Amino acid sequence: MFTYRRPDPATLPPNNHPPYRSTALRHPREPLVVVPQTLSELTGPVYEHQAPGPLDHDLTRQHPGTPLGERIVVAGRVLDDSERPVSDTVVEIWQANAAGRYAHYSDTHDAPVDPNFSGAGRVRTDGAGWFRFVTIKPGAYPWHNHENAWRPAHIHFSVFGPSFLTRLVTQMYFPGDPLLAFDPIFKAVPDAGARQRLVAGFDLELTEPGLALGYRFDIVLRGPHATPMEA
Amino acid sequence: MSKPITPWQTVGPFFGVLLRHDRVVPAALEAPGPRIGIRGVVRDGAGAPVPDAMLEFWQPDATGHWAHPDDPRKPADGFGGYSRGATDAEGCFSLDTIRPGETPGPDGTTQAAHLLVGLFARGLFTRLVTRIYLGDGPGLEADPVLRRVPAGRRATLIATSDGDGVYVHDLCLQGPMETVFFDV
Ligand SMILES: [Fe+3]
Repeated sequence: MFTYRRPDPATLPPNNHPPYRSTALRHPREPLVVVPQTLSELTGPVYEHQAPGPLDHDLTRQHPGTPLGERIVVAGRVLDDSERPVSDTVVEIWQANAAGRYAHYSDTHDAPVDPNFSGAGRVRTDGAGWFRFVTIKPGAYPWHNHENAWRPAHIHFSVFGPSFLTRLVTQMYFPGDPLLAFDPIFKAVPDAGARQRLVAGFDLELTEPGLALGYRFDIVLRGPHATPMEA
Repeated sequence: MSKPITPWQTVGPFFGVLLRHDRVVPAALEAPGPRIGIRGVVRDGAGAPVPDAMLEFWQPDATGHWAHPDDPRKPADGFGGYSRGATDAEGCFSLDTIRPGETPGPDGTTQAAHLLVGLFARGLFTRLVTRIYLGDGPGLEADPVLRRVPAGRRATLIATSDGDGVYVHDLCLQGPMETVFFDV
Protein backbone atom coordinates (compact mmCIF):
# COMPACT_ATOMS: atom_id res chain seq x y z
CA MET A 1 0.00 0.00 0.00
CA PHE A 2 1.03 3.59 -0.49
CA THR A 3 -0.02 6.98 0.86
CA TYR A 4 -0.07 10.49 -0.56
CA ARG A 5 2.34 13.01 0.93
CA ARG A 6 0.63 15.96 2.60
CA PRO A 7 1.27 19.24 0.75
CA ASP A 8 3.87 21.70 2.00
CA PRO A 9 1.90 24.39 3.91
CA ALA A 10 3.91 27.06 2.06
CA THR A 11 2.02 26.12 -1.11
CA LEU A 12 -1.42 26.33 0.51
CA PRO A 13 -3.17 29.69 0.87
CA PRO A 14 -4.61 29.88 4.41
CA ASN A 15 -8.39 29.54 4.42
CA ASN A 16 -8.50 32.40 6.92
CA HIS A 17 -7.05 35.31 4.94
CA PRO A 18 -8.47 38.75 5.93
CA PRO A 19 -7.29 40.53 2.74
CA TYR A 20 -9.75 38.24 0.89
CA ARG A 21 -12.87 39.37 2.69
CA SER A 22 -15.12 36.42 1.90
CA THR A 23 -12.87 34.07 3.90
CA ALA A 24 -13.99 35.68 7.20
CA LEU A 25 -17.22 33.73 7.70
CA ARG A 26 -16.32 30.76 5.54
CA HIS A 27 -13.15 29.28 7.03
CA PRO A 28 -13.34 26.56 9.67
CA ARG A 29 -12.13 27.80 13.05
CA GLU A 30 -11.57 24.35 14.49
CA PRO A 31 -8.35 22.63 13.48
CA LEU A 32 -8.68 20.05 10.71
CA VAL A 33 -8.84 16.53 12.16
CA VAL A 34 -5.95 14.38 10.90
CA VAL A 35 -7.23 11.01 9.69
CA PRO A 36 -5.61 8.04 7.94
CA GLN A 37 -5.81 7.65 4.17
CA THR A 38 -8.22 4.76 3.64
CA LEU A 39 -9.51 3.03 0.53
CA SER A 40 -12.18 5.76 0.45
CA GLU A 41 -9.58 8.47 -0.21
CA LEU A 42 -7.04 6.41 -2.15
CA THR A 43 -9.67 5.72 -4.80
CA GLY A 44 -11.37 8.52 -6.72
CA PRO A 45 -13.41 9.36 -9.80
CA VAL A 46 -11.59 8.08 -12.87
CA TYR A 47 -14.46 6.60 -14.86
CA GLU A 48 -17.24 9.15 -14.47
CA HIS A 49 -16.40 11.47 -17.31
CA GLN A 50 -17.81 11.01 -20.76
CA ALA A 51 -15.16 11.36 -23.42
CA PRO A 52 -14.66 15.09 -24.01
CA GLY A 53 -16.49 16.24 -27.13
CA PRO A 54 -14.43 17.01 -30.26
CA LEU A 55 -14.61 20.79 -29.63
CA ASP A 56 -14.38 20.71 -25.82
CA HIS A 57 -10.70 21.69 -25.96
CA ASP A 58 -11.28 24.58 -28.40
CA LEU A 59 -13.32 27.34 -26.78
CA THR A 60 -13.09 29.43 -29.96
CA ARG A 61 -15.12 26.96 -32.02
CA GLN A 62 -18.03 26.03 -29.75
CA HIS A 63 -20.49 28.43 -31.42
CA PRO A 64 -21.41 29.27 -35.01
CA GLY A 65 -19.49 32.56 -34.83
CA THR A 66 -15.99 33.42 -33.66
CA PRO A 67 -15.57 34.94 -30.20
CA LEU A 68 -13.93 38.36 -29.92
CA GLY A 69 -10.50 38.73 -28.37
CA GLU A 70 -6.95 37.50 -28.62
CA ARG A 71 -6.74 33.78 -29.48
CA ILE A 72 -4.31 31.82 -27.30
CA VAL A 73 -3.09 28.24 -26.89
CA VAL A 74 -2.72 27.07 -23.29
CA ALA A 75 -0.85 23.79 -22.97
CA GLY A 76 1.16 21.96 -20.36
CA ARG A 77 1.75 18.72 -18.56
CA VAL A 78 0.09 17.27 -15.49
CA LEU A 79 2.76 15.61 -13.31
CA ASP A 80 2.83 14.12 -9.85
CA ASP A 81 5.28 15.31 -7.22
CA SER A 82 7.85 12.74 -8.38
CA GLU A 83 7.58 14.24 -11.89
CA ARG A 84 5.77 11.20 -13.29
CA PRO A 85 3.22 12.15 -15.94
CA VAL A 86 -0.45 11.89 -14.93
CA SER A 87 -1.96 10.43 -18.06
CA ASP A 88 -5.61 10.04 -19.08
CA THR A 89 -6.92 12.43 -16.44
CA VAL A 90 -9.56 15.11 -17.00
CA VAL A 91 -8.48 18.77 -17.01
CA GLU A 92 -11.32 21.33 -16.98
CA ILE A 93 -11.18 25.10 -17.40
CA TRP A 94 -13.61 27.98 -17.07
CA GLN A 95 -13.01 31.68 -17.64
CA ALA A 96 -14.35 35.13 -18.45
CA ASN A 97 -14.54 36.38 -22.03
CA ALA A 98 -12.15 38.95 -23.54
CA ALA A 99 -14.10 41.76 -21.90
CA GLY A 100 -13.83 40.23 -18.42
CA ARG A 101 -17.42 38.94 -18.25
CA TYR A 102 -18.51 35.39 -17.39
CA ALA A 103 -21.38 33.74 -19.22
CA HIS A 104 -23.10 33.31 -15.84
CA TYR A 105 -26.29 34.84 -14.45
CA SER A 106 -24.60 36.01 -11.27
CA ASP A 107 -21.91 38.03 -13.09
CA THR A 108 -23.19 41.61 -13.03
CA HIS A 109 -20.05 43.29 -14.36
CA ASP A 110 -21.08 45.93 -16.91
CA ALA A 111 -19.04 44.49 -19.78
CA PRO A 112 -20.40 42.85 -22.93
CA VAL A 113 -21.42 39.20 -23.05
CA ASP A 114 -20.02 37.41 -26.10
CA PRO A 115 -22.69 35.20 -27.69
CA ASN A 116 -19.94 33.11 -29.28
CA PHE A 117 -18.11 32.31 -26.07
CA SER A 118 -19.26 30.02 -23.24
CA GLY A 119 -15.90 29.94 -21.48
CA ALA A 120 -15.80 26.27 -20.42
CA GLY A 121 -13.57 23.48 -21.73
CA ARG A 122 -12.20 20.04 -20.92
CA VAL A 123 -9.66 17.55 -22.23
CA ARG A 124 -8.02 14.32 -21.13
CA THR A 125 -4.23 14.29 -20.77
CA ASP A 126 -2.30 12.06 -23.16
CA GLY A 127 0.18 9.35 -22.21
CA ALA A 128 2.86 11.92 -21.32
CA GLY A 129 0.44 14.02 -19.25
CA TRP A 130 0.00 16.73 -21.90
CA PHE A 131 -3.16 18.82 -22.31
CA ARG A 132 -3.82 21.61 -24.81
CA PHE A 133 -6.62 24.20 -25.05
CA VAL A 134 -7.34 26.86 -27.66
CA THR A 135 -9.20 29.79 -26.14
CA ILE A 136 -9.45 33.59 -25.85
CA LYS A 137 -7.29 35.59 -23.48
CA PRO A 138 -9.70 36.49 -20.62
CA GLY A 139 -10.06 40.11 -19.56
CA ALA A 140 -9.45 41.46 -16.07
CA TYR A 141 -12.63 42.16 -14.12
CA PRO A 142 -13.59 44.28 -11.09
CA TRP A 143 -14.85 42.70 -7.87
CA HIS A 144 -16.14 44.01 -4.59
CA ASN A 145 -13.40 42.86 -2.24
CA HIS A 146 -11.97 46.35 -1.62
CA GLU A 147 -11.88 49.81 -3.16
CA ASN A 148 -10.97 49.62 -6.87
CA ALA A 149 -10.34 45.85 -6.74
CA TRP A 150 -9.61 44.06 -10.04
CA ARG A 151 -8.86 40.38 -10.59
CA PRO A 152 -5.84 39.85 -12.84
CA ALA A 153 -6.66 37.97 -16.04
CA HIS A 154 -6.95 34.27 -15.10
CA ILE A 155 -8.23 30.90 -16.22
CA HIS A 156 -9.76 28.57 -13.59
CA PHE A 157 -8.37 25.01 -13.73
CA SER A 158 -9.88 21.83 -12.27
CA VAL A 159 -7.85 18.60 -12.31
CA PHE A 160 -8.78 15.16 -10.96
CA GLY A 161 -5.74 12.85 -11.03
CA PRO A 162 -5.93 9.20 -9.98
CA SER A 163 -7.53 9.55 -6.51
CA PHE A 164 -9.78 11.68 -4.30
CA LEU A 165 -6.58 13.08 -2.75
CA THR A 166 -5.06 14.32 -6.01
CA ARG A 167 -7.94 16.72 -6.75
CA LEU A 168 -6.79 20.28 -7.47
CA VAL A 169 -8.67 23.47 -8.31
CA THR A 170 -6.52 26.49 -9.08
CA GLN A 171 -6.14 29.53 -11.33
CA MET A 172 -3.62 30.23 -14.08
CA TYR A 173 -2.34 33.80 -14.50
CA PHE A 174 -0.50 35.56 -17.33
CA PRO A 175 3.14 36.72 -17.20
CA GLY A 176 3.77 40.41 -16.62
CA ASP A 177 0.25 41.23 -15.43
CA PRO A 178 0.54 44.40 -13.31
CA LEU A 179 -2.59 43.43 -11.34
CA LEU A 180 -0.87 40.40 -9.76
CA ALA A 181 0.88 42.69 -7.27
CA PHE A 182 -2.50 43.87 -5.95
CA ASP A 183 -4.49 40.62 -5.97
CA PRO A 184 -5.20 39.16 -2.50
CA ILE A 185 -6.12 35.79 -3.99
CA PHE A 186 -2.85 35.34 -5.88
CA LYS A 187 -0.83 36.84 -3.05
CA ALA A 188 -2.36 34.51 -0.45
CA VAL A 189 0.02 31.72 -1.50
CA PRO A 190 2.64 32.10 1.23
CA ASP A 191 5.74 31.03 -0.70
CA ALA A 192 6.87 33.34 -3.52
CA GLY A 193 8.24 30.45 -5.57
CA ALA A 194 4.98 28.54 -5.22
CA ARG A 195 3.04 31.65 -6.28
CA GLN A 196 5.10 31.96 -9.45
CA ARG A 197 4.04 28.43 -10.43
CA LEU A 198 0.55 29.86 -10.98
CA VAL A 199 1.88 32.18 -13.69
CA ALA A 200 2.01 30.65 -17.17
CA GLY A 201 5.11 31.12 -19.29
CA PHE A 202 4.93 32.69 -22.74
CA ASP A 203 6.08 29.92 -25.10
CA LEU A 204 6.84 30.67 -28.73
CA GLU A 205 7.02 26.93 -29.42
CA LEU A 206 3.33 26.56 -28.53
CA THR A 207 2.33 29.52 -30.69
CA GLU A 208 0.26 28.65 -33.77
CA PRO A 209 1.70 30.92 -36.48
CA GLY A 210 -0.92 33.31 -37.78
CA LEU A 211 -3.51 32.03 -35.30
CA ALA A 212 -2.75 32.11 -31.58
CA LEU A 213 -0.03 32.96 -29.04
CA GLY A 214 1.14 30.09 -26.83
CA TYR A 215 1.30 29.84 -23.05
CA ARG A 216 2.78 26.95 -21.05
CA PHE A 217 1.19 25.90 -17.75
CA ASP A 218 2.41 22.77 -15.96
CA ILE A 219 0.45 21.36 -13.03
CA VAL A 220 1.88 19.25 -10.20
CA LEU A 221 -0.46 17.02 -8.16
CA ARG A 222 0.11 15.08 -4.94
CA GLY A 223 1.79 11.80 -5.78
CA PRO A 224 1.80 8.31 -4.24
CA HIS A 225 4.66 7.26 -2.02
CA ALA A 226 5.51 3.73 -1.03
CA THR A 227 6.14 4.84 2.55
CA PRO A 228 3.25 3.52 4.63
CA MET A 229 3.86 5.82 7.59
CA GLU A 230 4.55 9.53 7.51
CA ALA A 231 4.98 12.08 10.24
CA MET B 1 13.13 15.33 -2.88
CA SER B 2 9.64 15.75 -4.18
CA LYS B 3 8.44 18.55 -6.41
CA PRO B 4 6.11 21.04 -4.67
CA ILE B 5 2.49 20.77 -5.78
CA THR B 6 0.70 23.54 -7.64
CA PRO B 7 -0.99 25.85 -5.09
CA TRP B 8 -4.76 25.87 -4.68
CA GLN B 9 -6.89 28.90 -5.57
CA THR B 10 -10.57 29.48 -4.87
CA VAL B 11 -13.26 28.26 -7.29
CA GLY B 12 -14.77 31.74 -7.00
CA PRO B 13 -18.45 32.45 -7.69
CA PHE B 14 -18.61 31.46 -11.37
CA PHE B 15 -17.91 27.69 -11.44
CA GLY B 16 -21.48 27.38 -12.76
CA VAL B 17 -19.98 28.14 -16.19
CA LEU B 18 -18.20 24.79 -15.91
CA LEU B 19 -21.11 22.82 -14.43
CA ARG B 20 -23.50 24.03 -17.11
CA HIS B 21 -21.36 22.17 -19.64
CA ASP B 22 -20.69 19.22 -17.36
CA ARG B 23 -19.78 15.85 -18.80
CA VAL B 24 -19.76 14.00 -15.50
CA VAL B 25 -22.10 11.03 -15.42
CA PRO B 26 -23.52 11.13 -11.88
CA ALA B 27 -23.23 8.14 -9.52
CA ALA B 28 -25.31 5.55 -11.33
CA LEU B 29 -28.80 5.23 -9.95
CA GLU B 30 -29.25 2.17 -12.15
CA ALA B 31 -26.87 0.17 -9.93
CA PRO B 32 -28.46 -2.26 -7.47
CA GLY B 33 -29.04 -1.15 -3.89
CA PRO B 34 -31.44 0.82 -1.73
CA ARG B 35 -32.17 4.31 -3.05
CA ILE B 36 -31.40 7.14 -0.65
CA GLY B 37 -31.56 10.93 -0.72
CA ILE B 38 -29.40 13.32 1.27
CA ARG B 39 -30.67 16.87 1.76
CA GLY B 40 -29.06 19.74 3.59
CA VAL B 41 -28.03 23.35 3.76
CA VAL B 42 -24.51 24.80 3.68
CA ARG B 43 -24.16 27.62 6.22
CA ASP B 44 -21.47 30.20 6.99
CA GLY B 45 -20.30 31.51 10.37
CA ALA B 46 -23.26 33.88 10.65
CA GLY B 47 -25.67 31.00 10.05
CA ALA B 48 -26.49 32.39 6.60
CA PRO B 49 -26.99 29.92 3.74
CA VAL B 50 -24.13 29.68 1.25
CA PRO B 51 -25.72 29.92 -2.21
CA ASP B 52 -22.48 29.49 -4.16
CA ALA B 53 -20.88 26.29 -2.87
CA MET B 54 -19.88 23.37 -5.08
CA LEU B 55 -20.12 19.89 -3.57
CA GLU B 56 -18.47 16.71 -4.78
CA PHE B 57 -19.45 13.27 -3.48
CA TRP B 58 -17.48 10.01 -3.72
CA GLN B 59 -18.88 6.71 -2.52
CA PRO B 60 -18.68 2.93 -2.99
CA ASP B 61 -21.53 0.78 -4.30
CA ALA B 62 -24.08 -0.96 -2.08
CA THR B 63 -21.60 -3.74 -1.28
CA GLY B 64 -18.78 -1.32 -0.41
CA HIS B 65 -16.80 -1.77 -3.63
CA TRP B 66 -15.19 1.26 -5.28
CA ALA B 67 -15.23 2.00 -9.00
CA HIS B 68 -11.47 2.40 -9.19
CA PRO B 69 -8.58 0.26 -10.49
CA ASP B 70 -6.97 0.12 -7.02
CA ASP B 71 -9.99 -1.74 -5.60
CA PRO B 72 -9.58 -5.29 -6.95
CA ARG B 73 -13.21 -6.09 -6.03
CA LYS B 74 -15.40 -5.06 -8.95
CA PRO B 75 -18.30 -2.67 -8.38
CA ALA B 76 -21.82 -3.34 -9.64
CA ASP B 77 -22.32 -2.91 -13.38
CA GLY B 78 -22.79 0.71 -14.37
CA PHE B 79 -21.81 2.03 -10.95
CA GLY B 80 -19.59 5.13 -10.88
CA GLY B 81 -19.58 6.67 -7.42
CA TYR B 82 -18.90 10.35 -8.14
CA SER B 83 -21.32 13.20 -8.46
CA ARG B 84 -21.21 16.94 -8.04
CA GLY B 85 -23.48 19.93 -7.96
CA ALA B 86 -23.98 23.42 -6.60
CA THR B 87 -26.07 24.73 -3.73
CA ASP B 88 -29.18 26.66 -4.77
CA ALA B 89 -30.16 30.24 -3.88
CA GLU B 90 -31.20 29.02 -0.39
CA GLY B 91 -27.89 27.22 0.19
CA CYS B 92 -29.58 23.82 -0.21
CA PHE B 93 -28.01 20.74 -1.71
CA SER B 94 -29.64 17.46 -2.60
CA LEU B 95 -28.15 14.12 -3.64
CA ASP B 96 -30.08 11.10 -4.91
CA THR B 97 -27.98 7.97 -4.94
CA ILE B 98 -27.80 4.40 -3.68
CA ARG B 99 -26.89 3.55 -0.11
CA PRO B 100 -23.11 3.01 0.16
CA GLY B 101 -22.01 -0.28 1.73
CA GLU B 102 -19.50 -0.77 4.54
CA THR B 103 -15.98 -0.64 3.16
CA PRO B 104 -12.54 -1.74 4.40
CA GLY B 105 -10.55 0.50 6.74
CA PRO B 106 -6.88 0.34 7.81
CA ASP B 107 -5.49 -2.66 9.71
CA GLY B 108 -8.40 -4.99 9.04
CA THR B 109 -11.03 -2.60 10.39
CA THR B 110 -14.39 -1.90 8.73
CA GLN B 111 -15.62 1.58 7.92
CA ALA B 112 -19.30 2.31 8.48
CA ALA B 113 -21.36 3.40 5.46
CA HIS B 114 -20.30 6.87 4.39
CA LEU B 115 -19.79 9.24 1.49
CA LEU B 116 -16.75 11.47 1.05
CA VAL B 117 -17.55 15.13 0.47
CA GLY B 118 -15.38 17.83 -1.10
CA LEU B 119 -16.71 21.34 -0.43
CA PHE B 120 -15.62 24.29 -2.58
CA ALA B 121 -16.81 27.91 -2.49
CA ARG B 122 -15.98 31.51 -3.09
CA GLY B 123 -14.09 32.56 0.03
CA LEU B 124 -12.43 29.14 0.41
CA PHE B 125 -8.98 28.73 -1.06
CA THR B 126 -8.81 24.97 -0.69
CA ARG B 127 -11.33 22.17 -0.86
CA LEU B 128 -12.69 21.19 2.55
CA VAL B 129 -12.94 17.43 2.99
CA THR B 130 -15.56 15.84 5.22
CA ARG B 131 -17.69 12.68 5.36
CA ILE B 132 -21.38 11.99 5.63
CA TYR B 133 -22.17 8.86 7.68
CA LEU B 134 -25.69 7.43 7.66
CA GLY B 135 -27.08 7.71 11.18
CA ASP B 136 -29.16 4.52 11.14
CA GLY B 137 -26.33 2.30 9.94
CA PRO B 138 -24.27 -0.24 11.95
CA GLY B 139 -20.63 0.11 12.90
CA LEU B 140 -20.48 3.82 13.73
CA GLU B 141 -18.85 3.20 17.15
CA ALA B 142 -16.09 1.07 15.63
CA ASP B 143 -15.45 3.26 12.60
CA PRO B 144 -11.69 3.94 12.43
CA VAL B 145 -12.12 7.52 11.15
CA LEU B 146 -14.95 8.55 13.48
CA ARG B 147 -12.85 7.32 16.39
CA ARG B 148 -10.23 9.95 15.52
CA VAL B 149 -12.83 12.70 15.94
CA PRO B 150 -13.44 14.24 19.39
CA ALA B 151 -16.63 12.58 20.72
CA GLY B 152 -18.42 15.90 21.13
CA ARG B 153 -18.05 16.73 17.42
CA ARG B 154 -18.93 13.37 15.84
CA ALA B 155 -22.58 14.33 15.40
CA THR B 156 -21.54 16.86 12.73
CA LEU B 157 -20.52 13.93 10.51
CA ILE B 158 -23.67 11.83 10.90
CA ALA B 159 -26.79 12.42 8.80
CA THR B 160 -30.15 12.00 10.48
CA SER B 161 -32.62 9.54 9.00
CA ASP B 162 -35.89 11.20 8.09
CA GLY B 163 -37.52 7.89 7.14
CA ASP B 164 -38.19 6.61 3.63
CA GLY B 165 -34.47 6.62 2.81
CA VAL B 166 -34.11 10.38 3.17
CA TYR B 167 -31.30 11.77 5.30
CA VAL B 168 -30.87 15.33 6.52
CA HIS B 169 -27.39 16.75 6.92
CA ASP B 170 -26.28 20.40 7.13
CA LEU B 171 -22.71 21.51 6.52
CA CYS B 172 -21.53 24.41 8.70
CA LEU B 173 -18.33 26.19 7.71
CA GLN B 174 -18.14 27.88 11.13
CA GLY B 175 -20.15 28.30 14.32
CA PRO B 176 -21.27 26.19 17.27
CA MET B 177 -22.09 23.21 15.03
CA GLU B 178 -19.05 23.63 12.77
CA THR B 179 -18.68 20.51 10.64
CA VAL B 180 -15.58 18.42 11.20
CA PHE B 181 -13.22 18.82 8.24
CA PHE B 182 -10.28 16.50 7.69
CA ASP B 183 -6.60 16.81 6.99
CA VAL B 184 -6.07 13.66 4.94
FE1 LIG C 1 -12.61 34.16 -12.02
